[in-house]
Amino acid sequence: MTDLASRPTDAVTPSRTRPPRWWLLLGRDRGAAVAAVVLALVFLVAVFGRLFIGDRAVRQDLGASLRPPSLDQGFYGLLGTDVLGRSVLARLVDAAGTTLSVAVPAVLCSLLIGSALGMWAGYHGGVRENVAMRVADVILSFPSLLIAVVVLYVFAPSALNIVLILAVARIPVYLRTARAESAELRSRLFVDAARTFGTPSRHIIVRHILPIALPTLLTVATLDFCFVMLTESSLSFLGIGIQPPDVSWGLMVAQGRQYLQTAWWIAVLPGVAIVLTTVSATVLAAWVRLATDPAQRWRLTLPRKRRGDRAAVPPEMIA
Amino acid sequence: MGFFLRKRVVSSAIPLVFVVLGVFCLARLTGNPVDLYLPLSATAQQRAEFSAAHGFDDSIAVQLWDYLAGAAHLDFGTSLRTGESAGSMVLQAFPVTLQLAGVTMLLAILGALVVGSLAAYRPNSLVDRIAGLLSMTAASIPDFWFAIMGVLVFGVGLDLLPTSGTLGGPEIWVLPIATLLIRPFGVLVQVVRGSMVGALSAPYVKVARSKGADAKRVVFGHALRNSATPVLTVAGDLTVGLVNGAVVVETIFGWPGIGKLMIDSILQRDFAVLQAAVLLTAVTIFALNILVDVCHALIDPRVRQAVPA
Repeated sequence: MTDLASRPTDAVTPSRTRPPRWWLLLGRDRGAAVAAVVLALVFLVAVFGRLFIGDRAVRQDLGASLRPPSLDQGFYGLLGTDVLGRSVLARLVDAAGTTLSVAVPAVLCSLLIGSALGMWAGYHGGVRENVAMRVADVILSFPSLLIAVVVLYVFAPSALNIVLILAVARIPVYLRTARAESAELRSRLFVDAARTFGTPSRHIIVRHILPIALPTLLTVATLDFCFVMLTESSLSFLGIGIQPPDVSWGLMVAQGRQYLQTAWWIAVLPGVAIVLTTVSATVLAAWVRLATDPAQRWRLTLPRKRRGDRAAVPPEMIA
Repeated sequence: MGFFLRKRVVSSAIPLVFVVLGVFCLARLTGNPVDLYLPLSATAQQRAEFSAAHGFDDSIAVQLWDYLAGAAHLDFGTSLRTGESAGSMVLQAFPVTLQLAGVTMLLAILGALVVGSLAAYRPNSLVDRIAGLLSMTAASIPDFWFAIMGVLVFGVGLDLLPTSGTLGGPEIWVLPIATLLIRPFGVLVQVVRGSMVGALSAPYVKVARSKGADAKRVVFGHALRNSATPVLTVAGDLTVGLVNGAVVVETIFGWPGIGKLMIDSILQRDFAVLQAAVLLTAVTIFALNILVDVCHALIDPRVRQAVPA
């Protein structure tokens, strides 16, 4: 008995249980690799950027007002200055931190709450499923920006309130996806088997349903990251999001709008930052969809031409 | 068909009720309009008179009842800002937004059907990859930034298009519609493509091809109708989302539509106008959902023959 227990298991374990080598898979898809690098850069800048720029994002220098981007003004003059002579580059770095500190917690909150509720509702069915879906309908049937405007006007537009309102507004997206997956899985044989053995339902959800629903949910979250970022920047642009002296990319566009004719760089550059980040997230979402699906992953190991169809993102995730 | 529609009407009406009640309560939380509309020197008696004239001193339940009873005969009270009837202000602004949204969705759906079908016809071809990149970018561009870039390039730089306002020929429509169009178009191209790829690899398409149907007939006669359901659902959701875009576009281009009216009413605590505008929007969205369901049933016989579970 003892030698059976101590036998090295890796000899018998088939190689398919080895986790897929993500880096290699990512390297195979040039577009996704570029997108991942861009996103990683944005995240690094957002997390560590403020340590390097110090007070440059708020330091005013009226003598250097509205300088165009140039190579002669040192590092902080690379992207020009705004009307108060503040470095646009430093402000972009500062704003990256603010923007992501709103978008990431909002996406995580709605992902956790929406998925948990959705899987629970889908697994149990009946009244619980109906109530959860009606709640999702109520939230989704109303323009998110308008609700945000009303709520942020009632409660002060602090970063925390923006996170909360965005999280609530996006819960239905995960709720619907998780419910659909879970409702389909609950009648599968392995779930029936677990139930016959008396496994409590929360264990079934965590051990048997979550691992299968997770890739889809992560794809939705990656796509949703774009949506949340865009909504935050719209709110800031309209003046009910991030408030000065804090700065976000959307707010920078709003502040640069009145100098459009004389100093285009103030409004254009933050927009470019938003577009780069959101497009990268969208491209990466398509890759995540392929790479996390064991039935589709092999496509990524083929040269692009022979790969056949690019994985389509299900329509209910996009809107 | 009858059962299907009844069920959908009931389930779409629930959100409608919640929205109407929710906005009534939230609007009450935004602060006391008396403080905003009377000077700081107003006496307690003046304040009380102002409150009484507009019904702010009644209990919330009475105010809600007045609001619902008024709404039932299309009387939404008067605007605090202008003294005009709130109903007529909203009805004046509504067609502007409706025109914008209608033209936008029509263009987005038609364009997406053409581009998406072309892309799906040969997956991974050059056309498909260009369409993929374009649609992803279009769906990820912030609309307010796109509008400003449009103003910068076509209004300020080339001096081809007006930068704001509703006076002038057809060229005033170009920038607002282009701004509203990009996101729905980008999203719809992806949906049409995904669902057409699925439909084009279905057995019935093989049958049609083997019987000698040409490409046009295969795509438009067979595959398109079968892949229309998800497109329709997403198009409905996107139309709801157009209200978001309308707020931004109308603010930037100075269009007197319902989006701008709602933002202005919130900022100036004009309850009556806000409630009327939200109610009208909610009813329109309700009607839109029903319309989408009817279209589903018309396109797909499986939907209309669904029996009570």
